[in-house]
Amino acid sequence: MSGSSNNLGAFRIKGAGRHTPARTARFTFDGKTYTAMEGDTVASALLAHGVHLVGRSFKYHRPRGILSAGAEEPNALIDVSRDAARRQPNVRATVQEVFDGAKISSQNRWPSLKFDVGAFNDLLSPFFAAGFYYKTFMWPKEAWTRVYEPFIRRAAGLGVAPKEEDPDHYANRYAHCDVLIAGAGVAGLTAALSAAATGASVILVDEQAEVGGALHFDASTKIDGRNGYDWAQAAAAKLKAMPNVTVLTRTTVFGYYNHGFLGLAERVTDHLARPGKSLPRERLWQVRAKRVVLATGSIERHMVFSNNDRPGIMLASAARTFLNHHGVAVGRNVGVYTAHDSAYEAAFDLKRAGVSIAAIVDCRAEPGEAVLAEARSLGIDVLTGHSVTDTFGRLRISSMTVVRNGGSNARKIKVDALIVSAGWTPSVHLFSQSRGKLRFDEKGQRFLPDIYAQDCVSVGGCNGTDDLAELIDEAIAAGGGSVALAGENRFDWTGGMIGAAEGAGPDTVVKAFIDFQHDVTAKDIRLAVREGMHSIEHIKRFTTNGMASDQGKLSNMHGLAIAAEVLDRPIPQVGLTTFRAPYTPVTYGTLINHSRGDLFDPARKTPMHALEAAEGAEFEDVGNWKRAWYFPRRGEDMHAAVNRECRTVREVAGVFDASTLGKIEVVGPDAAQFLNLIYTNAWDTLKPGKCRYGIMTREDGFIYDDGVVGRLAEDRFHVTTTTGGAPRVLHHMEDYLQTEFPHLKVWLTSTTEQWAVIAVQGPKAREIVQPFVEGVDISNEAFPHMSVAECTVTGVPARLFRVSFTGELGFEINVPADYGPAVWKAIWERAEAMGACLYGTETMHVLRAEKGYIIVGQDTDGTVTPDDAGLGWAVSKKKTDFVGIRGLKRPDLVRDGRKQLVGLLTNKPSDVLEEGAQIVADPNQPKPMTMLGHVTSAYWSENCGRSIAIALVAGGRARIGQTLYVPMKDRTIAVEVTDMVFFDKEGGRING
Amino acid sequence: MAKLGAGSIRTLPLAGFHGGSSAVRLEAAPPAERISLRAGAEDMAALSQALGLDLPVKPKTSAAAKGRTALWLGPDEWLVIDEGKGGLMQAAASSGVLHSAVDVSHRNAAILVSGPGASRAINAGCSQDLSLKVFPVGACSRTVLAKVEIVLLRTAEDAFRVEVWRSFSDYAFGLLAEGAQDAAL
Amino acid sequence: MLLIHCPYCEEARSELEFRWAGEAHIARPENIAAITDEEFAEYFFLRNNEKGLTYERWRHIHGCGRFFNAARDTVSDRFVMTYKAGLPKQPVPPAEKVSAIAEEKTVETWEATEGDAR
Repeated sequence: MSGSSNNLGAFRIKGAGRHTPARTARFTFDGKTYTAMEGDTVASALLAHGVHLVGRSFKYHRPRGILSAGAEEPNALIDVSRDAARRQPNVRATVQEVFDGAKISSQNRWPSLKFDVGAFNDLLSPFFAAGFYYKTFMWPKEAWTRVYEPFIRRAAGLGVAPKEEDPDHYANRYAHCDVLIAGAGVAGLTAALSAAATGASVILVDEQAEVGGALHFDASTKIDGRNGYDWAQAAAAKLKAMPNVTVLTRTTVFGYYNHGFLGLAERVTDHLARPGKSLPRERLWQVRAKRVVLATGSIERHMVFSNNDRPGIMLASAARTFLNHHGVAVGRNVGVYTAHDSAYEAAFDLKRAGVSIAAIVDCRAEPGEAVLAEARSLGIDVLTGHSVTDTFGRLRISSMTVVRNGGSNARKIKVDALIVSAGWTPSVHLFSQSRGKLRFDEKGQRFLPDIYAQDCVSVGGCNGTDDLAELIDEAIAAGGGSVALAGENRFDWTGGMIGAAEGAGPDTVVKAFIDFQHDVTAKDIRLAVREGMHSIEHIKRFTTNGMASDQGKLSNMHGLAIAAEVLDRPIPQVGLTTFRAPYTPVTYGTLINHSRGDLFDPARKTPMHALEAAEGAEFEDVGNWKRAWYFPRRGEDMHAAVNRECRTVREVAGVFDASTLGKIEVVGPDAAQFLNLIYTNAWDTLKPGKCRYGIMTREDGFIYDDGVVGRLAEDRFHVTTTTGGAPRVLHHMEDYLQTEFPHLKVWLTSTTEQWAVIAVQGPKAREIVQPFVEGVDISNEAFPHMSVAECTVTGVPARLFRVSFTGELGFEINVPADYGPAVWKAIWERAEAMGACLYGTETMHVLRAEKGYIIVGQDTDGTVTPDDAGLGWAVSKKKTDFVGIRGLKRPDLVRDGRKQLVGLLTNKPSDVLEEGAQIVADPNQPKPMTMLGHVTSAYWSENCGRSIAIALVAGGRARIGQTLYVPMKDRTIAVEVTDMVFFDKEGGRING
Repeated sequence: MAKLGAGSIRTLPLAGFHGGSSAVRLEAAPPAERISLRAGAEDMAALSQALGLDLPVKPKTSAAAKGRTALWLGPDEWLVIDEGKGGLMQAAASSGVLHSAVDVSHRNAAILVSGPGASRAINAGCSQDLSLKVFPVGACSRTVLAKVEIVLLRTAEDAFRVEVWRSFSDYAFGLLAEGAQDAAL
Repeated sequence: MLLIHCPYCEEARSELEFRWAGEAHIARPENIAAITDEEFAEYFFLRNNEKGLTYERWRHIHGCGRFFNAARDTVSDRFVMTYKAGLPKQPVPPAEKVSAIAEEKTVETWEATEGDAR
């Protein structure tokens, strides 16, 4: 043979392939260094060095080689790494391009690829038949967590994920186009040229490094009189130069979703030795296409026969790709086993390149006449009506057994590679994902697009169009324009089969693999049917056929045909499992793209955040907000800090950032009327300059939100909501305003972020605030509790509220957000000098609990009515309508014994209850105990000198004075039921 | 002691933010006055006159005059931005017709995105078609940028204004910075 | 990802800008305070959850903010039409109805795939 034995590999064929010999790359495979040519895939580079054994199978740990030359590869899964963190398991060696310095490892083997202890499983295979897991791991129940699950988890998966954080970054791009074309083979390129000529915006996508599709291997097809592959590159160059065309290579259309929406994964750096830092590793394209042209071609199937999985056995088209594109011969003495003419062309190419062809074994009696004639003229031995019934060779095929169909005289033929073809399966994955309906083409034994669900058209191989001239016409028409193009190919292909070949039929017990990655054999499918799995969906799950990372691109049709045969039903009646996105695996990095680190989720910070941080604040997450939680001083833990803050607020004063409270401005002549309908309270009686605490229920009568509402003018209200409730309350209000009460003249505007809110609470609050306020008299007489005024504070326009969530004299100063830090600084400087403190949300929670003020969502849970919460006074008895008025009258909402909010005091003052703890009347009753309710809030109250708690208790208010019990893991805590006000029961302080 | 010195007392949410790439320039817009304006169709003429610009009635359009820009956000909703001497609340009030004007000057921050890669940078997180045919100069829309809501206005063929609530502004800036990086490749 | 035509923006936008808001054309009773428990249950709790053509409300929450109505086929996810809030229930063109029913018949459902197995 003419191959050279230089360091590029002994199986390189001089003059073959399209790579430049001067451009080489070195990589290691399982620690051994190899030299490749730039443009090689890991598969082609290894084959160039005669390496066929690249992995072990999942279940039986059988030695496995390279089966294909593309994305459909089920076998050759490898681990590719640049460094410890940049490591990717389960990469298809047939897709991964070699780059200089790549470290490649095989997977699923121990201690080494050539000697793998796990291969013992192969000998035990009778025990690992289909459904093994379902049958074995059944009982006892306890064994699941201790034995079965750890065992399955250790055995599951092939590669190992890196433990380090992924140092690469990923990008996202939304795009729109008139026509998206998936696949850039002859059909896709032609459709793109045609569409581009109309001026339409076109995105042409192909998963390979270069356009061309089947032209990678098909060296005999000519387009416009040129070599097909060269024509394809020229066509792509022409398209790239057009302003209305985007050509994306190394990009997979992995999903075709609703309404012309497609997901594309572009691999930007995986082929580069030293990718620039600014380059994303991969880019997700989210494309909305008005029209989609599917030109995804077809995938060659393997033959199903005994021991068809040995390294060295591969698809005929793959061998042709390795030869014609990569310049690599897959062996020196190659056998061919086929049911389709296409494999003959592979044999011709190999033969012409100097590779000896041991024989073409064709299971058909009558192959295509043209290929047969050509084979004869090349001196290739063709055995028609014969089958390969077994193979030999431990780590690579060494010979095949050939038998005349129906005969018994077997003969062994020596080979070092065996290339196979059972025909071609149209790639209808994307069509199927688009919810198009397939039909079974009896003649071609294949599923083809039938009814389209979206504006989409299939052309070429994926549409079952085999004739080149027809294919070109079809593609031109799909593009909507006109292009003059003529193609010629040497042979028209015929043939094809699905299902088990001779010698692997129902009466045999051989291992004839259909799904290589999951080790599913023809026998497993038959067993599944015998065990009662009659639906293809059940067969798939029972055998795991088609459930591996290749999603059965090679195995589905074979599995279906075998099932149909056993079921004795026509294939279309057995049905096809659903193709689901993604077409090929997509990395998590690509899917989450920018949403990492600081961009994982917005961290909302108040205008005063930096100042609070400078004061040593610890922050807590409240929704997306970062809220100051407590302000520890030197040596203080949280408990000490909160105790100090709680004491200081009640003794002097505290300054608190309340900016996150939701705020909605309600403006219009019908504003009061609208609020009457939305809240349970009455609002028309509220005078401008005054505030009121309002409760909002849903139509079902349960508390939805609460907050203080201030009336600034007859037609203008400043509504506050809970921090977490702001967006949904506005949505709820808009819903009623737009759809139920559209006659009302009122508008809603979110002003949450317009205002920075500085709360000053405590006996000295007025003294602190006083000097900064202009434009309003804030004396107790002129500006009592629940007042609001527009004024200036420190000279900036402000809305000043006299409100309290602590039970102390309090003000909430609202200033336009940009002014917040300056006003905060001024207030805090004075407050600090007067002995006040900064306090955070934890202290706020304790202080409000001391006063029995509820927090919606903590003390209520969506099943609590205003009356349950002790807020029945806030429900207007006079109004004839509000949202919730009818719900509140439902029998269950007015019955006796409902859970009500009450206070709990532990018998031992130092015991702090756990929030969520259950409450019972008799701790000695048998289990399961009757539970009366649960603790909703519980704190150590420094001001009360003891623990306090709020709880939802059945018939709670009637139980005041009773002792109840809170059973905990290690003890039972006795509690007394009380009212909810623990501090300043008379409530005088608020009016100070 | 009570008054703060004017001018030095504003803290802008995007103070100190700058970025971009060879294809996209990102900068925080200077402070501006803004109102959220709501009114019915019958009162638009009077409000237009009071504001000194024709409130746009066509979806996704804006109108600009004398340093003011009115962006159509919904059939009865406009975001009016004044980059000049202000006075929007007073101007709206002087219309004498039924409307709601709410000062949202400090609610929003704005990021100016410009350069040949501007639309690509925004498309890193925004699903709208920003081709000139579909989103021409002057077009505006409330929409989504990755995980936050924005109002997008195209101010020139290669320039946009991104209005965003202040607490989301650093997220929006960060996302646009990554988009700008990718748009330059 | 759905593409939804907003009748106020007069443009189709990505689902990202929208929020689903339940079944359409369920009017809040005028005299809600006076209705019976059964009538309240009918109004507030019970929904048809029909397979196939349904009328539902959507809000262009990150766009113009408007609520509107849509006729959508829940099997194919196809929007037959969208129209402004307040308009009466719009009839669906007969052709759309037929294709919606055809779609329903061919969809892969548990019944369809398991039917053969039984």
